[in-house]
Amino acid sequence: MASIHARNVSIIFPLYGGGSRSLKKTLANLGSGGRISEDASHRVIVHALRDISFSVQHGDRIGLIGPNGAGKSTLLRVLAGIYEPTGGSVRCDGQVVPLFNPSLGMEPEATGHQNIRLRGLLLGLRPQEIEAKRTEIGAFTELGNYLDMPVRTYSSGMALRLAFAISTCFVPEILLLDEWIGAGDAHFVEKAERRMQEVVAQSSIVVIASHSNDLIRRFCNKALYIEAGRVKAEGSVDDVLAAYTN
Amino acid sequence: MLGPFWLTISMGIMVAALGFLYGSLFKVPLETYLPFLTLGILVWNLISGLITDACTALSASEGMIKEVRLPYSLYIFRMIWRNMIMFGHNIVVYLAVAVIFGIKPSLATLLVVPGLALVMLNAVSIGLLASIVCARFRDIPQIVSSLLQIMFFLTPIIWQPELLKDRHFLVHSNPFYHFVEIIRAPMLGHSVQLESWLYAGAVSLLGWLLALVFLGRYRRFIPYWV
Repeated sequence: MASIHARNVSIIFPLYGGGSRSLKKTLANLGSGGRISEDASHRVIVHALRDISFSVQHGDRIGLIGPNGAGKSTLLRVLAGIYEPTGGSVRCDGQVVPLFNPSLGMEPEATGHQNIRLRGLLLGLRPQEIEAKRTEIGAFTELGNYLDMPVRTYSSGMALRLAFAISTCFVPEILLLDEWIGAGDAHFVEKAERRMQEVVAQSSIVVIASHSNDLIRRFCNKALYIEAGRVKAEGSVDDVLAAYTN
Repeated sequence: MLGPFWLTISMGIMVAALGFLYGSLFKVPLETYLPFLTLGILVWNLISGLITDACTALSASEGMIKEVRLPYSLYIFRMIWRNMIMFGHNIVVYLAVAVIFGIKPSLATLLVVPGLALVMLNAVSIGLLASIVCARFRDIPQIVSSLLQIMFFLTPIIWQPELLKDRHFLVHSNPFYHFVEIIRAPMLGHSVQLESWLYAGAVSLLGWLLALVFLGRYRRFIPYWV
């Protein structure tokens, strides 16, 4: 049974401006007690998340809502294991698959087929599993013989179709989405939409950050409203959306 | 048509040009000088390529690091593999030189295997170390590339260490010399001096200790730094 438990998760990270990324300026700053180059010490500390606790059970569809810069994407990256919490702890039981950027790891010089393999490996699939899915992915993209050509020769729409088809080719236990993803022309958009709905329906847990209240209402059974890195409201979609819009 | 073998050709042309020029400048017979020079440049290109690429191994993979959780060593292995492939293409030039000058492989040639293995072992530790430090301080790659350029001239690659009358410490205290030697000497059919093994071994140990300390301490900052 997949589940997510977050306890008092905090993320504090330093933002580095131009000066503090330079060894020369940092050393000059140390050597002169801060008189020579002040900007090296101008490090801004961001409290991206403060004391976030929640748990997600098998079957839950969680919508993350909140204004820009509230910490939604940061929280998703913590769940994905990319950022290690500065304080508190997160436990995810089940295979976590983040689907933030469908074009992740696409190699423009490699052919469509090689990219299927590459992306599959990045998603944690075994070579045999990729081979088993290859025809299905190829058919879904409707790219035909183009799959034998380097991806750099594709139009941006074609590249996106391929990326979308590969990244949604299998159903993860815990799916993380930063905004809904879709791709392509009118005909493909419909197809992509159906595929996304299938993946969301079949995953054990879905966490989706979105600015679209409509989307959250359609797919989620629970919501989490975050503002300035804190949980403002938690519970059923309607209650939380009401709290958010007020 | 040639594809990746353009690498081989440009390396061949460079080695031939340098060989004729410096061979006559140093007044060394071509049959001993050219194999020495070729191997020196091949191994130097491997080592300096590994170090240069190590500096950008993490910062150039920013897109992936922020999108998916993968072991950071993956980015290092990727860069090492790329450099190994390039070395594999370049080594063809030496094979040609060895055939032309009739250099016969000896039992000592087998020592190239542990030699290469030791260089790779260091590529992982130095790679982790350099990529983490370079992700934090963005001016280090430039410093490293100027230092490498200086080291190219200070290391016996275009000149043979025997040409040095005194000041042998310049050669023997230079870690790059020992790392070049553990690959170059066996491929020339010589045995490797014990000093070089000890030196390279000590650097490996130190490098790995530092790399593990750095990785343990700074790993959680990497996604913010890149």
